[in-house]
Amino acid sequence: MRRSDLGEFEEVVLLAVAVLSPRAYSVVIAEELERETGQTVSTGAVHAALQRLEQKGYLRSELGEATPERGGRRKRLFTVTALGGRVLSEVRSVRNRLWDRIIPQTILKWS
Amino acid sequence: MNPNQPPPPPKWPNRLLNRLIAPHLREEVLGDIHERYALRVQRLGERAARRTYWREVLAYVRPGFIRCKPNQYPNPSHTDMLRNYLKIAWRNLTKSKAFSAINIGGLAVGMAVAMLIGLWIHDELSFNKYHQNYGRIAQVRERGIREDGRRYSNTSLPYPLATELKTSYQRFFKHILIANDPDEHILTADQTKLTETGRFIEAGAPEMLTLTMLKGTWAGLQDPHSILLSASTAQALFGNADPMGKHVKINTDMDARVTGVYEDFPHNTEFNGIKFLAPFELWTSVNPWVKEQQWNNWFLSIYVQMQPNVDFAQVSAIIKDIELNKIRHIEDRQEQVARQPQIALLPMSRWHLYGNYYEDDKGPVQMVWLIGLIGAFVLLLACINFMNLSTARSMKRAKEVGIRKAVGSLRGQLVGQFLSESFLVVSVAFLVAILLIHLSLPWFNNIAAKQLTFRWTNPYFWMAGLGFILLTGFVAGSYPAFYLSSFQPVKVLKGTLNSRRLAVTPRKLLIVLQFTVSVTLITGTFVVYRQIQYAKNRPIGYDKAGLLLIEQKTADFKGKHALLRSELKNTGVVFEVAESRSSTTGITMWNGGFWRKGTEITCPNGCGTLPVSTEYGQTVGWQFVAGRDFNRAFSSDSAGFVINESFAKLLGLTNPVGAVVTWNPRWRKAKTYTILGVVNDMVALSPYESAIPTVFFLEDNYNWINIKLNPQVSAAEALPKIEAVFKRLIPTAPFDYKFADQEYGAKFAAEERIGKLASVFAFLAIVISCLGLFGLASFMAEQRTKEIGIRKVLGASVLNLWALLSKDFVFLVLIAFLLATPLAYYAMSDWLQKYEYRTELSWWIFAASGAGALLITLLTVSFQSIKAALMNPVKSLRTE
Repeated sequence: MRRSDLGEFEEVVLLAVAVLSPRAYSVVIAEELERETGQTVSTGAVHAALQRLEQKGYLRSELGEATPERGGRRKRLFTVTALGGRVLSEVRSVRNRLWDRIIPQTILKWS
Repeated sequence: MNPNQPPPPPKWPNRLLNRLIAPHLREEVLGDIHERYALRVQRLGERAARRTYWREVLAYVRPGFIRCKPNQYPNPSHTDMLRNYLKIAWRNLTKSKAFSAINIGGLAVGMAVAMLIGLWIHDELSFNKYHQNYGRIAQVRERGIREDGRRYSNTSLPYPLATELKTSYQRFFKHILIANDPDEHILTADQTKLTETGRFIEAGAPEMLTLTMLKGTWAGLQDPHSILLSASTAQALFGNADPMGKHVKINTDMDARVTGVYEDFPHNTEFNGIKFLAPFELWTSVNPWVKEQQWNNWFLSIYVQMQPNVDFAQVSAIIKDIELNKIRHIEDRQEQVARQPQIALLPMSRWHLYGNYYEDDKGPVQMVWLIGLIGAFVLLLACINFMNLSTARSMKRAKEVGIRKAVGSLRGQLVGQFLSESFLVVSVAFLVAILLIHLSLPWFNNIAAKQLTFRWTNPYFWMAGLGFILLTGFVAGSYPAFYLSSFQPVKVLKGTLNSRRLAVTPRKLLIVLQFTVSVTLITGTFVVYRQIQYAKNRPIGYDKAGLLLIEQKTADFKGKHALLRSELKNTGVVFEVAESRSSTTGITMWNGGFWRKGTEITCPNGCGTLPVSTEYGQTVGWQFVAGRDFNRAFSSDSAGFVINESFAKLLGLTNPVGAVVTWNPRWRKAKTYTILGVVNDMVALSPYESAIPTVFFLEDNYNWINIKLNPQVSAAEALPKIEAVFKRLIPTAPFDYKFADQEYGAKFAAEERIGKLASVFAFLAIVISCLGLFGLASFMAEQRTKEIGIRKVLGASVLNLWALLSKDFVFLVLIAFLLATPLAYYAMSDWLQKYEYRTELSWWIFAASGAGALLITLLTVSFQSIKAALMNPVKSLRTE
């Protein structure tokens, strides 16, 4: 598995989908990320990332129900596929391994 | 979520997205940004939400959203369906072959007629355009008012007018060219002798007329002893040898060298048939009298080419009084002054259609418009018929439409199917029309006396053809395309469709219209032929059978008459020989100035004065009403007149024989004549006009030799013997002869042409009307299938049903007849008005045309109605 397959923003979006599942769609993901990061996240950016992830096979989607806020339009709901889950945990374990190898003094210096 | 309605987001970013975002993403994307907006409004307020809205929108402007999703399914190939359409179209055509043939044939005939007429009109309107200076050339004319009040415009002009134009008005013109009238001359090169029509014209002619020179240059007429030959004449005179510089003798007195060869003038030019051009000076050198003529002799044509900066009207206004100013004070020209002669320029573009002698006679132009109108009308009728027949047939296809729709055809596909079918059929008709034109053009050229060619290479023609195909195809196909395709399949397949709604009234109107035209044309044809026949049966006052006319074209004939006469009579094939000034079919000498006992005998438009030799009466077969013929025994006969009946009427005497008349035409010495005899009027000019008052007298001023063949000898036997005599006595002139009966017959050519064209049009109108009738009849029979079935079951006979189905149409044709009769009466009595000698319009002509139309109607309708009446009622009632 090549690293370049998952960008940083994509990773976050993929995580957010996992968190919000089974009601993950671009608006709530964007809101969630905004809340978590404190930065403005547009639905467009999220949606584009979702499209890419779906193309790579990490996500699958289906059309959900319509709400009045959406002007009666349906939403596209995303769920993480098994492949997406494996990729996520792999990325996480890479990070964990690296984190674990940082000597505690170094971490103290940052904080 | 928020139960209160959130304020709607700004509109036009939405519109932008709607435009930009790929269709399959539109719903979710717009839903997303609206929801986000609603959330923001809730959290931050409307203003902040609006501010960030833009960012949201712009975030979607990226390729991933704009690009359309590649279609999940490959584009279906339409060729299968197209092939099916073609197959169905073909099957529909072949299912009823006769019907399709009639339909396509009718349209093709209509198109062919329209195209032929288009070619004809194009030819008429492009007359003389062969000359590149078309827009700058004019002919000088003398306009005025005749004694009988009619306005005239004369192309023959007096010589001093030309000199006056040249000396005082040269600044307006690039060329002023004097020419004589076209006349036949003998051209001799070595041993070859030809009689050809040519003109003597001044040197600027080749340049003004922009002749296409095959050899030599436009300067060819500069030398007074030169001649330009047309290509055909050069070929006839010299064969394939180079004619340049060769010697040609014109008649017997003019010598010239060939200085050029020009392409023959095409058929649609005024100069068509002019086979050679020679310098005017050459003619005047042997005819010195020309330059001595004054304002009282009209015999020349003057052509001008304008300078680039002046226009015709302007110059016409300046030169109009030239003649009047010159003659106003000449005492014996007051008669001429009374005609108020005005000199005017007639532009070349108007020569052909507006160049009549009588200015008020709009005949040629009217003819063009009338024929154009007929062409448009024939085409229109053919188109409407085509549509009617097509739609009448299309009712049969309602079920096909139902099934197609049930299987899943969209309406657009059905529209496409019917329209393409209709285009296909119209294109076939167009091809047939082109074929028809190709076949009929020689024949049409023959009766219309034209040389039309089909313009294969003209892009406008093809564009017009294409436009026409599209238009007719669309209109003819629109009914089935839009009406049939709107049916509900359930209704069609259940058979509850009510087709009675289809309008029948317009079709009936159309039938009436078509038959009105047809009956009018039939009547017109009848009348034209009757008029020709009537004029042909007119007593002509002489015996034209076996009468040979020979023009004395050269001076070599002079003084040889007595010898010729005795030699010819010696051959035994000749009954009598006489000389005269004019041929029997023309009058070339007109005069007035007859006086009796001090009062003038007024000739309304001039009297014919015809010098003849003593035996003329015997040769042409004069029929005496009173008195006697000239006789060699009485030398006093040289002061005698033989007059015709019309002239006798002018005299107003009960017995004019022996009366004494003084003739003083001013240009010759006054002389007194005794009237010897009165003969029946001879029809010398138009057989449709009243005879010209004419006097005959003995005077050696002859141009024609008249030979009466021995009635016991056939012409084929006589001619070689006569020719031998001429060859021996006058070897310089070719033996050119005319038969008086043929010359006389040529006077009917114009009317016979009208008759032929009218009969062709009448025939086509009838054919096309019958097509319309046939379409309506089949349509009606179709609709009444069940009614007829029930009637038969209840006991109606075939005759009953035939009468039932036919009487509607008979009624329509009767209406048409009632409309056509006054129309035809008005038109034909108007047409006959222009003939002084004319047939009557009797009632039976109208009755016969009406009966003919009725008969044709019954024949056409009966085909359908008998077919319908013979149908087995079991079959017609058991349709479901």
